[in-house]
Amino acid sequence: MSQTTGTHDLSTIDYGMQDHPGPVAWSEAARREIDAIFAKYPDKSSATLPILWLAVREFGWISYQVEMIVAEVLERPLNEIHQVVTFYTMYPRRPLGRHHIQLCRNISCWLSGAVDLREHIKQILGIEVGETTPDGRFTLSEVECLAYCECAPAMRFDDTYIGNLTKDSVARIIRENS
Amino acid sequence: MLKLVTRNIGVQDSHTLSVARGHGAYSRVEKAFAMTPEALTQEVIASNLRGLGGAGFPAGRKWSFLPNDSPKPRYLVVNADEGEPGTCKDKYVMIHDPHLLLEGIIITCWAIRAHRAYIYVRGEYDLPIARLEQAIAEAKSAGILGDKVMGHDFPLEIVVHRGAGAYICGEETALLESLEGKRGWPRLKPPFPAVEGYMRCPTVVNNVETLAYVPFVVEMGGAAFAALGTERNGGLRMYSISGRVNKPGVYELPVGTSLRTMIYDVAGGIVGGRALKAVIPGGSSSPILRADEIDVPMDFDSLAKIGSMLGSAGVVVLDETVSIPEALMVLIRFYAHESCGQCTPCREGTAWLAMIVERIIHAKGRPGDIDNLVRVARNIVGNTICPLGDAAALPVISYVTKFRAEFEEWLAKARPVEALPLRPTHIGEPVTAG
Repeated sequence: MSQTTGTHDLSTIDYGMQDHPGPVAWSEAARREIDAIFAKYPDKSSATLPILWLAVREFGWISYQVEMIVAEVLERPLNEIHQVVTFYTMYPRRPLGRHHIQLCRNISCWLSGAVDLREHIKQILGIEVGETTPDGRFTLSEVECLAYCECAPAMRFDDTYIGNLTKDSVARIIRENS
Repeated sequence: MLKLVTRNIGVQDSHTLSVARGHGAYSRVEKAFAMTPEALTQEVIASNLRGLGGAGFPAGRKWSFLPNDSPKPRYLVVNADEGEPGTCKDKYVMIHDPHLLLEGIIITCWAIRAHRAYIYVRGEYDLPIARLEQAIAEAKSAGILGDKVMGHDFPLEIVVHRGAGAYICGEETALLESLEGKRGWPRLKPPFPAVEGYMRCPTVVNNVETLAYVPFVVEMGGAAFAALGTERNGGLRMYSISGRVNKPGVYELPVGTSLRTMIYDVAGGIVGGRALKAVIPGGSSSPILRADEIDVPMDFDSLAKIGSMLGSAGVVVLDETVSIPEALMVLIRFYAHESCGQCTPCREGTAWLAMIVERIIHAKGRPGDIDNLVRVARNIVGNTICPLGDAAALPVISYVTKFRAEFEEWLAKARPVEALPLRPTHIGEPVTAG
């Protein structure tokens, strides 16, 4: 942390989080969407998860600056927002590659060869689980049960589910998106 | 074979309003509105429809717990946070027949007099979320939802709420906390959600599949629906069958179909004609069954009688080549990862269980580790706010007790700990520095 942002001076605290490179502000369209989200709930706090999703769409990932502007619109303390962001696994807290491979590792996928598949993908991409390829194209994650057990092994490729994976089909999907 | 909630799966564009209406969607709403909310609730009680998310609590009775004297608004919260490993049924309803779910929500909201319903969908479910949102938009413009439900003086709004990746949010009070914009930390019960749920208001939390059956209860009548199932489990239900079977998939079958029939007839038997070793009958948290225990009717009571549970009806089949300790490692790692961290026995206990199982697998097991697993697990059971602790511990106890010999084998592979003293320390011998 090296910046002073808004009223919160975080310059002396290192949370191991990254900063967004430029200024972070909601677009006009996002502001309108925020109002639409608020209308769906009896109080502002309930809109926390949807607004964080909106923030992921707007800014790609949740940095401290993003947490701050989320806290601001929700009128909640920053620490509450930070608690929420860190509790859930789906809000990225660092930049991801252009494509995000989320490979399921739980029981049904494990029984159907998920371990071999993971090793195969690691080999093709030349990275470990949790890393992004140097060209920024792919991030590889391993996740717990995607609820795609009947088509195991399965992965979530960006926002699409792909099941019945084989080493060949995975290699093809990676090649086609390279 | 009779099909209810899955009857439209496979019909072209079954998720669109026009096709769904052609296949009966919303045809039961009128009949429901012709009944009083109390009569409707009685009909559901008579149907023996149980909560199909896992707990199996009778649906109608849950509705009847809402206090009548509260001035606060009432809510229906739909649990679509399907996340129990081995379970993948609710997504079929949401993807292929979202209007059936909306119809079930409308009828339930009338029964409990709620004017707003939230569908809490797990964050990874992109397609189900898109389909639900599309269905709600279509229903709104057709006058099915909104200020007047199909012309009745009954306003209803349905909101899709996207989760963000936390298994614990499938637990109803954790789900409510999450819906309120907090960490999904389960609440101590009582008060139950029926009395103090979302925003401390009376709330009914029901699973997707449960609500999808509600229109059929109205259509057939409670007694006819009950007659389809067993004594205390009405109707049909969806079973997800996965693992080492030839035809994994989601099947709608009468409650009480035997596990043997499911594995060998419905799912086409074991891959490669291999022998069956074990079955997880109701999602990852259910205690495991040995191959000789599969002549059991798949309903809540029969499985409870033999020390397991039906839970979410996610059947996972393990053949003779599967190593039970390794399977346990996969599952216990999941629970250690998904513990919300609120209660110490669960937070610490699941991590210890995972650590012990992992060291057994990595040939670093210590004498007494198998008993330690059971001891740690027993210290979790019953000592936590929510059932996640039990969900982690009960399988551990069952895997270790039923397949102890395999754990012993792994333990025997353990290498002695390689520890060398920094310098010789033989007592009595002179030691020179250096």
